Amino acid sequence: MDMYFTKEHEWVKIKEGTAAVGITEYAAHQLGDVTFVELPQAGKTVKQFDTLAGIESVKAASDIYAPVSGKVTEVNEALNDRPEIVNEAPEDAGWIAWIEMADTAELAQLMNREQYDEYVRGLE
Amino acid sequence: MDLLKNTPLVEEHCRRNALMAPFGGWNMPIQYEGIIAEHRWCREKAALFDICHMGEFLFTGDIVAGGLEDVFTFSVASIPVGRSRYGFLLNEQGGIIDDLIVFRLAEDEAMVVVNAATIDNDFAVINSRLTGGTFRNISAETGKLDLQGPLAREVLTTLVPGIAGLPYFKFVKTTLLGAEAMVSRTGYTGELGYEVFLPAGKTVELWSRLLADERVKPAGLGARDVLRLEVGYSLYGSDIDETTTPLEAGLAAFVNFDKPFVGRDALLRQQTEGIRRAKVAFQVGSRRSPRHHYEICFEGRAVGTVTSGVFSPMLGCGIGIGFVTPEVAVVGAPLTIRHDRVSMDATAVELPFYRGGSLRA
Repeated sequence: MDMYFTKEHEWVKIKEGTAAVGITEYAAHQLGDVTFVELPQAGKTVKQFDTLAGIESVKAASDIYAPVSGKVTEVNEALNDRPEIVNEAPEDAGWIAWIEMADTAELAQLMNREQYDEYVRGLE
Repeated sequence: MDLLKNTPLVEEHCRRNALMAPFGGWNMPIQYEGIIAEHRWCREKAALFDICHMGEFLFTGDIVAGGLEDVFTFSVASIPVGRSRYGFLLNEQGGIIDDLIVFRLAEDEAMVVVNAATIDNDFAVINSRLTGGTFRNISAETGKLDLQGPLAREVLTTLVPGIAGLPYFKFVKTTLLGAEAMVSRTGYTGELGYEVFLPAGKTVELWSRLLADERVKPAGLGARDVLRLEVGYSLYGSDIDETTTPLEAGLAAFVNFDKPFVGRDALLRQQTEGIRRAKVAFQVGSRRSPRHHYEICFEGRAVGTVTSGVFSPMLGCGIGIGFVTPEVAVVGAPLTIRHDRVSMDATAVELPFYRGGSLRA
């Protein structure tokens, strides 16, 4: 699956016009122990870079932004009981939601893995 | 620009890849492997904290004639030698300049242990109120390590056998690693634990010796904050400060009105007139964490502000303390904690939040 990244440290994996969304390993590490994820409502429509979800760690509370516009089709209910999955597997089992993409052209606004890694190196 | 100060253990923290951050003017470890793991280790085993940033002052002389007796909200002269007492240094308005512990080292000697960010001001204020004796700031030459957790006694008796039967808030002077040291059964976590005062030059050696024991792991200020809030202890600078009185903060038990102290008249006035705000402890109905400065609401109106809040790993929910109008600070009161688009239901509860600690073991 193609994978893209935002400057706010969300990732998106594309599969047949639908996008899985989560936060990157870098973001999960920076947050520390995740204690709560405020999941979006399935059916909700979001615009690219608007707030999609909320995430809290022992240290801080942050917003998670939608990397792409579209309709939320599924959310990761497992995070309600075990938000620590975000720390354990941020770019896999710790996914937040699936979004039915409204406009695949928006992907041009995102970074690929190589660009994102370079971007993170610049932050350190 | 003020530069951050380092404790003697800074290289040890960096070697363990601790996340370092400014705290009270010091460059301190916030976490090593993770706040929740370190919190759990303290509740189950023994956690080691670098507390070298805190301040120590030494008074020598006649406690009463030298004026130390009248400086704090508690009597120093009545502390038996070998014991310590917690209380406050107040301003004229009854506001808390600092919360601190005084250790009665001898008939004519007492050590005052204060918060890191307030060292210089505390020293100046206390010094200005003394009328005799000698008063020295020994913070730079004094190291302090806290070993806290149900296994702390087992671990520390291997180095200091004399602490085996030490009761809560009592301490012993001893020889540790060839140096004069003091071991006190006090702490800030709600667990059985000890505060070890020793020459600053010996802290690295003690740190290494304790961490060589597999029952001990280092813990940072992040875990310390979660631990202290679970047992309801106030944090100076967040929950209490010069604008807060002990009566408002629910800490009147540490004020002795039968003796003189600066701020006494203001507190007596406040007792008569009633407090305008009161501390409230609350538990959130979800895993959400209330945060410092979030608004506390009751029946739809704002009634106060959160001063401390975290996710409690022991309770599995958010917990917090804050200040509200007194009529709302009633156990069982339904509250709403709000900030921007965040809203969480909460209930006022009694302190401590967590009662299962080994403190009195």
